[in-house]
Amino acid sequence: MGLVSNPIAKMILQRIGLGLLSLVIVSLVIFLAVNLLPGSFASAVLGRSATPDAVAAFQHQLGLDRPMVDRYFTWLSSALQGDFGNSFSKRPVGTIIGPRLLSTLRLAGITAAIAVPLAILLGIVCARYRNRLPDRFLSAVTLAAISVPEFFIAYVLMLFLATRLHIFPSLSSIRSSMHFDEQLYRMALPIMTLLFVVLAHMMRNTRAAILNVMSRPFIEMAQLKGEPEMRVIMRHALPNAIGSIASVVAINLAYLIAGVVVVEVVFVYPGIGQTMVDAVRNRDVPVIQACALIFSTAYILLNLLADIISIVSNPRLLHPR
Amino acid sequence: MKHENTSTLSRAAAIAVSDLRIEARTSSGWTEIVKGVSFTLRRGEVLGIVGESGAGKSTIGLAALGHFRPGCRVTGGKIVFDGTDMLSLADHQRRKLRGTRIAYVAQSAAASFNPAKRLMDQVVEAAVERGGQLREEAEANAVAMFRSLQLPEPETFGRRYPHQVSGGQLQRAMTAMAMICRPDLIVFDEPTTALDVTTQVEVLISIRKAIAEYGVAALYISHDLAIVAQLAHRVMVLRYGEVVEEAPIAEILSAPKHPYTKTLWALRSIEEPERPPSGDLLQVRNISASYGTFKVLESVDLSVGKGQTVALVGESGSGKSTLGRVIAGLMKPDGGAVMFEQSRLGPVVSSRTKDQLRRVQIIYQSADTSLNPRHAVRKIIGRPVSFFHGLSGKKREARIVELLRMVELDGSYIDRMPSQLSGGQRQRVAIARALAADPELIICDEVTSALDQIVQADILKMLLDLQNRLGVSYLFITHDLEIVRAIADQVVVMNKGRIVEHGKRGEVLSPPYEDYTRLLLDSVPEMSSDWLDRLISTRAAIAAKQ
Repeated sequence: MGLVSNPIAKMILQRIGLGLLSLVIVSLVIFLAVNLLPGSFASAVLGRSATPDAVAAFQHQLGLDRPMVDRYFTWLSSALQGDFGNSFSKRPVGTIIGPRLLSTLRLAGITAAIAVPLAILLGIVCARYRNRLPDRFLSAVTLAAISVPEFFIAYVLMLFLATRLHIFPSLSSIRSSMHFDEQLYRMALPIMTLLFVVLAHMMRNTRAAILNVMSRPFIEMAQLKGEPEMRVIMRHALPNAIGSIASVVAINLAYLIAGVVVVEVVFVYPGIGQTMVDAVRNRDVPVIQACALIFSTAYILLNLLADIISIVSNPRLLHPR
Repeated sequence: MKHENTSTLSRAAAIAVSDLRIEARTSSGWTEIVKGVSFTLRRGEVLGIVGESGAGKSTIGLAALGHFRPGCRVTGGKIVFDGTDMLSLADHQRRKLRGTRIAYVAQSAAASFNPAKRLMDQVVEAAVERGGQLREEAEANAVAMFRSLQLPEPETFGRRYPHQVSGGQLQRAMTAMAMICRPDLIVFDEPTTALDVTTQVEVLISIRKAIAEYGVAALYISHDLAIVAQLAHRVMVLRYGEVVEEAPIAEILSAPKHPYTKTLWALRSIEEPERPPSGDLLQVRNISASYGTFKVLESVDLSVGKGQTVALVGESGSGKSTLGRVIAGLMKPDGGAVMFEQSRLGPVVSSRTKDQLRRVQIIYQSADTSLNPRHAVRKIIGRPVSFFHGLSGKKREARIVELLRMVELDGSYIDRMPSQLSGGQRQRVAIARALAADPELIICDEVTSALDQIVQADILKMLLDLQNRLGVSYLFITHDLEIVRAIADQVVVMNKGRIVEHGKRGEVLSPPYEDYTRLLLDSVPEMSSDWLDRLISTRAAIAAKQ
C-alpha cells in the first residue's frame, strides 16, 4: 500500500482488497454449507432402494469421492475462469444459468431504473414536507408496503390486475424470441411487486438520511441566510446525504438480483432464483454453488460500489488539507 | 431603493423589539423562555446581550431574523425592522430579508459551514441568489472582505473547503458571509466562544473593524462581559429570559445597578492566597509521548507539592491533557518516569497497584460524557467506595451520602440519574466520585470550562475548600488564565508539547514575562472597554520596533 500516495486511491484499493477477501470467505462457506446439506444427489437420483455400491459408483463418476479440500480448489479455480463445471444433469452450469441470469438482470435493471430515481425524489418530497400531509401519507403507504410480505403483494396485484381486470398476464413466462415490448408487458406484474418493496425501503431511508443532515447547524445557517427550503435540501442537505443514500440503494439493488426468488416463483418468471430453487430440489450441487456465488458477488460488488461513492463524496477525503 | 432605506434607517431604529415573548415546549407543556424583552438598536450601534446559558440570548438573536427554532413559538410582542413587524410577515417575506438585510454569525463556524461546499460558494450564496449581485461582482466583494478581515491568500481563500482552514479563519469567513450584502443588521451569536484566547483576539479585532467600516447595527451576544465591553456601546444583561439591566457599557462596568450584574465578575472575585512550596508529592521526569508519529510531549518535567494547586496552562493542542492522561496512567509514555512520593508508578493503569490507583484520581471537563447515563448517583459514587475501600451495605450507603455532602449536594441526590442533574450538579457528582477513592492528587482536566461563570466560581470555591480540609493536591489543567490567577500556587505554561515556563503564580503572572506567557496573558479580555485598543496599540508598537 505504500506505493499509493493518494489517500483516496489507497482507501479504494483497501476496500477492493477487503471485497475480494470476503468473496473468498463466502465461497468457502458456500462450498462447505452445500456439501453439508442433508441427502445426496446420488440417493435423490437413484432412489432409496439403491445399493451402496451403485451410490459409490455414481459418486465416483461425478468426482464426489475426492477429498473436500481438493474439490474446493478445483471448483474455485475454474469458477474464477468463468467455468462452473457441469451440473449433475451433465449440462454445463454456464448454459443453465447464463440466460436465467440475464433475465433476472433485465428484471432488476428495469425495476431499478424506475425505483431509484423515484425513491430519491419521493424521499426529498417527504423531507421537504416532513410531518405534513404528503410525508405522512407516503410514510403510511411505504410502511404498509414494507410490513406486508412480497408474495402477498404479488398475489394481490395478480388478483386485481390479472384475474379481475385482465390488464396484465398473471404469468410472466417470457422467451428470448419475444419482442421487447411484449416481454415488458409480461414482466409488468413482477416489476410492480418489486417496485413496492424496494421503493418503500429506499424512500424511507432517503428521507431519514436527509433529515439526519437537516438537524445539523449548517442547515440552520443556510435558512438564516434566507435560502428557500427546497434549495436548502437540494444544495445543502442532499450532498451530505449521498453516502448513506448510496448504501441503501446498493442493498436494494443487490436484493433485486439475489432476493427475488419468491417473486420469480409466484409469477413463474424464468430467472436465476427459480433456477436455484430447482437446483436445491434436485440436489444439483454445482448449480447451487454457482447461484450462491453469483448472489454473493452481486452483494459484495454493489456494497463496494456504495463504499466507493461514499468515500468519493466525502470532501474531507477528496480535498485533503 | 436600498439607499433610500438606509437614509431613513440612519435616523430611525434599525430594529425595535418590544415586549417580545417566546415559549418553548418542555415535557410539562409550554414554558416562557423570553419574558417581555424590549430594546431598540440604531444604525451603526452595537448592543451587547450578556447572560448565562439558558438566559434566552440566542433565542432573542434568532428572533431578530424572524427565526424560531423547532419547539419554540412567539406568544407576544413586536419585532419592527424597517417599519414592518417581522412577526406579521409571511415566511417567504422574512426569508427575503435574511442574508441580505439582516445577517447572522453563529457560534461554531466549524459546524455552521456546509462541509461539502467550497467557502466561496457559501459566502456569496445569498448575494447572488437574492442580493442582486452578479457572481463575479460578489466574488470580488468577498475577496475584498477576506483581505480586510486579514485572511491568508484572500484571492484563493474561497476555493478551500471548510475543513481546510482553521477555526479562527472560518469565523472570519462567516463574518465576511454576513457582510457580503451590506446588511443593515448583523447578529453575532457568541462568535468567539469556541476559539482559543489568542485566536479570539484576532477575530475580535476583525469583527470590530468590519462593524466600524460598514457602519452596520449589530447585536453582539456573549456570556463574557469582558468581550462584549470591547465592541458594544450599550449592554443588556439577561437572566431567565428577562432583562436585568440595560445601560451604556461604561456604566455597566463602573456602576452596575443590579446585584446579578455584579456576579458576572464572580470568577474574578476569587483570590486565593498563594502558598509557599511544600514537599513534592508527584514528580514527572522527562516524559515524552506521541500519537503515532506525532510528538505531543517532549521531555516534560513537572512536580506537584503536597496540598498544593499546580495550574497547567496552554492553548488547545499544547499537550496539557495528554500530560494529565500520562500521569493518570491512561496513556503509555514513550519515555520518562512518573514518581509518586519517591516510588515509580507503572506506565499504565494495569501495571499499578490498587493503592497507587487510589492515590491519583482524574476529573474530566464534561461530566455529561464522563458519568454513565444509565447509572444512578449511588452506583457512580458507590463503585470506587467498594473497590478501593471494600465498604458495603449501610457503611457504603453512609459513605456515599457523606461524599455527596462534601460536594454540597443533599443525600437525597443518591437516587438521581445523571440526566436529572444540572451541569454543575453533574460535575459535583464527578468530583465526589474522585473523592470516593480518598486520593492524594486529583487531576482536574478543564473541569469548569463547560460551566457558566457563576457555577464555575461556586465549583472552584468548593474545590479550594475541600483542599483545605483534606489536604489533597490538584493538578489543574486549564486554558483559562482567570482561573489560574484565582487559585494556583504554582503555574506551568505549556506550548506545543513543551514546558515554556514554570514557577510560583506571583512570578509567572507578573513581569518580566516569558514571550508565550505574555501572549496568553495579553489575550485574556479585561473588564474594561479599552483593553482591545490598548492591546492593538502595544502590538503596533512592538511591530514598529522590529
